[in-house]
Amino acid sequence: MAEKTFAGKTVEVTAEGYLVNKSDWSKEVAAEMAKEDGIELTDKHYEVLDYLREQEASGASLTIRKVGKSGIVDIKGLYELFPGGPLKLSSKYAGIAKPASCV
Amino acid sequence: MFKNQKLKNMTEVKETPLKKVMIIVAKANIEDVYAGLIMANGAVMEGIEAKLFFTFFGLDAITKKQMNKLHTATVGNPGMRMPNGWAFPTLLGAIPGVEAGVSAMMKKQMDELDVPPVDEFLDMITAGGGEIYACKMAADMFKLTKDDLCEHVKAIITVGDLYAMSGGDGTQIIFT
Repeated sequence: MAEKTFAGKTVEVTAEGYLVNKSDWSKEVAAEMAKEDGIELTDKHYEVLDYLREQEASGASLTIRKVGKSGIVDIKGLYELFPGGPLKLSSKYAGIAKPASCV
Repeated sequence: MFKNQKLKNMTEVKETPLKKVMIIVAKANIEDVYAGLIMANGAVMEGIEAKLFFTFFGLDAITKKQMNKLHTATVGNPGMRMPNGWAFPTLLGAIPGVEAGVSAMMKKQMDELDVPPVDEFLDMITAGGGEIYACKMAADMFKLTKDDLCEHVKAIITVGDLYAMSGGDGTQIIFT
């Protein structure tokens, strides 16, 4: 496990940069994680992150199809928000585990 | 010492990341089509460029009339089993309606895993920047024109066109 400092807070992350402890998450941590990948988080991004956090907390498995049907953003929009990793990157910034689904 | 070091350098494997996949689907069974769709969708979700090329019976998956009515084979499919794990008798598979029933069941199971129907899956792949092509020779053979094919199809192309699109480091051609 590696350690990283986001928003003045030292947090444990996996080799791929996902938070080990969900409780370390905050909007500021998310923003700095995204910044590392060159993404500036907007309100729309945060809406997606909130949705993913809620879904994950309820024990649902996450897919881009589900996000696309959430009413927040369609799949094309999701790709635009998180280029190159619609579910992988959004899950990372949401402070939840790397998605384990194939869709 | 130097010699050994040189040998070591020669055997070091340098990995180049996958950048583009060309996926060829030539069959119309649910499992063959979905193998291609899942691989293409998985690629774009990882930021890998994906192009799908449908040929021969695989064209069913992008033909408006057929795309959401794909079946899996209940005859001549050794992987087919009864829900309790027993072998699925070939003669049972030949009874009218059985193949449709089994196919419907398979689609239901996939839906529970959030795997969408073919048309919606193509929506997802193209939303991520994936591209869908039909094979010219097969389209000619089955007398299909662009109008018979779903809106996601970018063009009907030749095998030469396919190879021309396959250039670049980190490209793989996958035949499902």
